[in-house]
Amino acid sequence: MKKLLILSGKGGTGKTTTAAAFIDFSNAEAFADCDVDAPNLHLLVGMKGRAKKTHFYGSEKANIDDKKCVSCGICYQNCRFQGIIREGERYSVNPFACEGCGVCMYTCPQSAVTMEEDVAGVLALYHEERLFSTAKLKMGRGNSGKLVTEVKKQLETGSSGRFAIIDGSPGIGCPVIASISGVDMVLIVAEPSLSGISDMKRILRTAEFFQVKTAVCINKYDTCIENAEKIKKLCQREEIPFVGCIPYDDKVSAAINEGQSIANINCPARDALYEVYENIKVYFI
Amino acid sequence: MKIAIPMNEMLMEAEVCVSFGRAPYFLVYDTQSEASTFFENPGAVSQGGAGIKAAQSIVDAMAEALLTVRCGENSVEVFQAAGIKVYKTTEVTAKENIQAFQKGQLAPLNHFHGGFHGKI
Amino acid sequence: MKIAVLSGKGGTGKTFVSVNLAITAKNSVYIDCDVEEPNGRLFLKPEKSVLEEVYTQLPQVLEGKCIGCRKCVDSCRFNAMGFIKNKPLVFPEVCHSCGACSLLCPTGAIFEVKRPIGVVESGKNKKGVQVITGILNIGEASGIPIIQKALVTKVIEENITIIDCPPGSACTVMESVQAADYCLLVVEATTFGFHNFKMVYELVSLLQKPCGVVINKGNYSYTPLMNYCKENNIAILCCIPYQEKLARIGANGELACEKDDEAQVLFSTLLDRIRMEVGR
Repeated sequence: MKKLLILSGKGGTGKTTTAAAFIDFSNAEAFADCDVDAPNLHLLVGMKGRAKKTHFYGSEKANIDDKKCVSCGICYQNCRFQGIIREGERYSVNPFACEGCGVCMYTCPQSAVTMEEDVAGVLALYHEERLFSTAKLKMGRGNSGKLVTEVKKQLETGSSGRFAIIDGSPGIGCPVIASISGVDMVLIVAEPSLSGISDMKRILRTAEFFQVKTAVCINKYDTCIENAEKIKKLCQREEIPFVGCIPYDDKVSAAINEGQSIANINCPARDALYEVYENIKVYFI
Repeated sequence: MKIAIPMNEMLMEAEVCVSFGRAPYFLVYDTQSEASTFFENPGAVSQGGAGIKAAQSIVDAMAEALLTVRCGENSVEVFQAAGIKVYKTTEVTAKENIQAFQKGQLAPLNHFHGGFHGKI
Repeated sequence: MKIAVLSGKGGTGKTFVSVNLAITAKNSVYIDCDVEEPNGRLFLKPEKSVLEEVYTQLPQVLEGKCIGCRKCVDSCRFNAMGFIKNKPLVFPEVCHSCGACSLLCPTGAIFEVKRPIGVVESGKNKKGVQVITGILNIGEASGIPIIQKALVTKVIEENITIIDCPPGSACTVMESVQAADYCLLVVEATTFGFHNFKMVYELVSLLQKPCGVVINKGNYSYTPLMNYCKENNIAILCCIPYQEKLARIGANGELACEKDDEAQVLFSTLLDRIRMEVGR
């Protein structure tokens, strides 16, 4: 299965809008949302059936047995993550702060602390004519890179399709690297702003490191034509395929608000995106 | 000598697993006795540091060489410290790769990825 | 008064609102807790910044004292230690600095040293805003110690402190919000924006912080958001319509409240509304 990953570095540049449109343009049989912190693709792809849901276990969390606890406070003194809450004589665990290191369990003289599996998120798999793999990390939980890997595993094992589109996660950290590994091509949706350019450069370095073919397009290019030109020049200099510019178009947010992919709407942004799709096909399909 | 290989299944004829740290099983093959032992990779289920944990299990199994598709920087550090040599597989199954290794056809692995923890 | 500025995900205008509020409030302090992508300083342009390194603890093994019992290696739940040729080997990037190994070593063979993971940069800009920026070194896993360091900066209680939080609702956001008196939720009036906003709202409710909403790049016409705010009794403090001129100002690294009269009025009205809300 060939996989196209859509990334942006910075959030809010139009990554998911692009992914949803490409899914329609290409009639992709399989797709996934790897933005497990704030998944949005499900709002646009219109999967009607019920998803098969499975728990995702993150790091373990400590749990204090009130019956065994003698309120000595040793766990409280040793925890470096403010993971133990003291209320008068009672000690309990703050699951949001607990890193699962086990220091409290190792040092409790009463063996009142145990380490327990913690549901850190939920994986969802829709399998109709098309396959859609997505997940949601619970509030305040880490390990998003591992959840991304699970989302991709669901996609790969579930579909025999020859082509898949993956909506990546923003940033350059662990979840992004987990999304990049094993894909055939990355499309970066850049934004013509100072922060957009600096974030794009970092994501380019990341993709280069993983030796993945990369192309760049600019969304809302007309919000700053000077910066858009800078991005184009940068691509030229570094010999990165530049596959198009998409104008700012208020029909886009109108379509999104109706839960529609812009592939089905007649507007300049749709036409520009279609051109981007045609251009990237040359490199990819 | 003992050779370790990351595996998808517990079979000599099965494919070598493309991941080292997250491989489900390891095979340890003894070239003298021709005995093969499989065991579960303790790193496969861990949250972080999978490569280190996996590499540790290879060290503890007294292997002297590892045949693998790829391998991360942390694991390599363990292997270097332990004096275990890492080779890149060229064939599909474990059996074929062991034969290739014994004929001296496998080259040392020299590109190690930085892991999936923002190490860029 | 400390105001935390949050958004469900990147690109909604969190930093845009934060830096403009910081300029509008006189003698304010701006703290950038988005340590992975700290962009506020690109707009506020602090001068003569002072750097302070942030450290975490890293175990070291005294080989002479080590008896090779392997307790440290087996107790590390992050697999940050290997055991090769009868001695422990530490992997700094995997280590969470929990201290289990040194606590459990029966012979005191493990001691801890400081390891730098990033910096907190502090400087004043021309308008007198104190700009504090937490910056995580590339490759480090957790920004929490940096956020904690950035937030302990001494501030005068009467003055306004703006905390620019990381996007999303992860543990780093929780850390940033803990110290705040008030939370400002920046929302984009779209299905995506609304969906992510509900997650952040859940977070501030859990932490029992009073909050209000700023709608960015939109107006009052997106009904699901309006109804949700009404049902949950969340105040909508202001609306910033999408304007090409504002996008242009931002794209060039300039401040809307300095370059545009309308924006200036808008942010000073917003600040007054926040003061009123907090006073209630």
